[in-house]
Amino acid sequence: MLRFDGVEVRQGDFVMRADLALTPDAVTAVIGPSGSGKSTLLATAAGFVTPERGEVRIGGEPVTRLAPADRPVSIVFQDGNLFPHLDIATNLALGRDPGGRVAAYRDEIETALARVGLEGLGSRRPGELSGGQQSRAALARAFLRHRPVVLLDEPFAALGPALRREMLALTAEIFADATVLIVTHAPEDARAIAAETIFVDGGVARSPAPTAALLDDPPPSLRAYL
Amino acid sequence: MTAGRVAAGCVFAVVLAPLAAVIWRAGGLSGFGAAEWAAIRFTVVQAAVSAVLSVAAAIPLARALARREFPGRGVLVTLLGAPFLLPVIVAILGLLAVFGQAGLLGRGLGLLGVEAPRIYGFHGVVLAHVFFNLPLAVRLLLQGWLAIPGERFRLAASLGFGPSDVMRHLEWPMLRDVVPGLLAVIFLICTTSFAVALTLGGGPAATTVELAIYQAFRFDFDPGKAALLSIGQLILTGLAALAAARIAIPANFGDGLDRTARRWDATALWLRAQDALLIGAGGLFLLLPLGAITAQGLAAFARLPDAVWAAAARSLVVALVSAGLAIGLALALAVAASRKSRSPGFELAGTVGVAVSPLVLGTGLYLLLLPVADPVALALPVTALANALMSLPFAFRALLPAARAAERDYGRLADSLGMGGWARLRRLTLPRLRRPLGFAAGLAAALSMGDLGVIALFADPEFATLPLQVYRLMAAYRMEEAAAAALLLLGLTLALFWAFDRGGRGHATV
Repeated sequence: MLRFDGVEVRQGDFVMRADLALTPDAVTAVIGPSGSGKSTLLATAAGFVTPERGEVRIGGEPVTRLAPADRPVSIVFQDGNLFPHLDIATNLALGRDPGGRVAAYRDEIETALARVGLEGLGSRRPGELSGGQQSRAALARAFLRHRPVVLLDEPFAALGPALRREMLALTAEIFADATVLIVTHAPEDARAIAAETIFVDGGVARSPAPTAALLDDPPPSLRAYL
Repeated sequence: MTAGRVAAGCVFAVVLAPLAAVIWRAGGLSGFGAAEWAAIRFTVVQAAVSAVLSVAAAIPLARALARREFPGRGVLVTLLGAPFLLPVIVAILGLLAVFGQAGLLGRGLGLLGVEAPRIYGFHGVVLAHVFFNLPLAVRLLLQGWLAIPGERFRLAASLGFGPSDVMRHLEWPMLRDVVPGLLAVIFLICTTSFAVALTLGGGPAATTVELAIYQAFRFDFDPGKAALLSIGQLILTGLAALAAARIAIPANFGDGLDRTARRWDATALWLRAQDALLIGAGGLFLLLPLGAITAQGLAAFARLPDAVWAAAARSLVVALVSAGLAIGLALALAVAASRKSRSPGFELAGTVGVAVSPLVLGTGLYLLLLPVADPVALALPVTALANALMSLPFAFRALLPAARAAERDYGRLADSLGMGGWARLRRLTLPRLRRPLGFAAGLAAALSMGDLGVIALFADPEFATLPLQVYRLMAAYRMEEAAAAALLLLGLTLALFWAFDRGGRGHATV
């Protein structure tokens, strides 16, 4: 579904290389030391970073030249997923229509909110929700977009362990038929949600490997990180 | 992005076309005579003296404010921002009411049988410039003082530093950084000052270049001479602006100045008395003229002529149009600048207004309009445009940090959702920039409301703005009516600023 064909990204002195393919309709985790290129990998898939070489493909089609919004992907950031000056319903409506017209999508918004356990909270502002509820709202908008690829960049890093497990389970549930790529700095998150894991180190993203096997018998560089 | 380009193009066109017209009309510097040189010399000398006096008086006052906590300190610090909004003509009437021969000081000295020094001429110009720039200097110096980390003062206390040691090791290095830029900024402001020279200066011994441009227009009707003087002014302000470019234009009024660092070195009784005296004298110097104008104005308020009310209505319209223009340009430029990590073109367009003198701009616009239209009939639109250009740097500086923050925090999110153009403006930019937008709009409206510059060049009596009307009453020695009209001007200016600034703060969400 999502492939990086000989992709090379250059940012100043830093170079990130990726030549790999994700298993369709499954969750793949990305782990690695900070500064290794995890977020760059995700930003390249999302379209915030343009590679110097290679091609990003989704469903076989090249998307490398497409603007972020024109790619068949949804993205959830580490923070700043919701506009604090807009209510939750408008924040969700923006997922369907950049003008954010709530009335046109009211039913869909309610369904998405119900799906993440935020029934009836559409009129609240993000500041009136707890951290966990804000994460749920961000997931609801990604869900509402119905894009085949979902990218999550350490989305629950600010939450406590129990809440994080809950959110990972919710993510796996609502995106069951999407190809999901999730960056995390916690190996237990990868174990909990991802059948396969990409290890990124020193600017090289390795092909996805079965998570349990990778973490139980790590190669030397991953062992050093763990 | 395109809106930013269009805005930058408009700004450069409106600045460069008049300058080109001035340079073409003047045809070189060969026509410079003794009177022109005298104007340049007076401009430089009064600006230099005003800058030095303002800063010299500001240093002890800022130090006193930085190390003392007292009731009313917050109000006083806020008031230090007020002269920026204060229409020049109002302040001049206030200064006359206190320091003039018929003023408080003159009458007080008269009782003692001493004649008060004349306020007109060199001293008057310098006095007014110090009145306007002392508060600015105090605020910028106070920022410098408060930027010295509190730990340093604790360290100084633990090492047993006295006031002179603190001065040498902590305060002097800060002053060395701040003062040169501050002198340059005040020098720049004073070189382009027109209304002060118009009212308190004049005559061969006290004419600034700006005033000479005005006189060339109004009395000699000699646009060529005005253009020649404009070149001189252009070179002068250009040099001063280059020197002042090191210091940023203040983007807000006293935010973060509502605290003091705990000090252990200045507890001696005589130091406390000295600071109290300084703060009291400084406060009186700033407040007395405003109090005097309010008292005089209230007495004659009921007798205001209809012409004053008509001028007030015209001024309100000009101020609103000018604020709308300034905000539109500043918003387009700030948003465009915020989407790039380096954007010298947009930043230059946003700040170029500080280096252009209003009268030079007015001369150029006059020369451009003359072949195609009657410049006098276009006095009000031209004034609105010139005022917008003058307040653009302040509006731009107020908006840019918020625009950058909105882009940094939510730019990628908006990109990922495909929010461009109108949707992005309505759903992201305007809500995130609401507070600085309100502040900037208030500032632009207030500056335009109080401006007595380009309008004096163009206007005929039919289309006077309120500041010009005040000046006319004053020049006709109808001082009571002038004071009442000035009070109206002051009230409208502050009300405009308050209404916009308040509008930006209302229903604030995160």
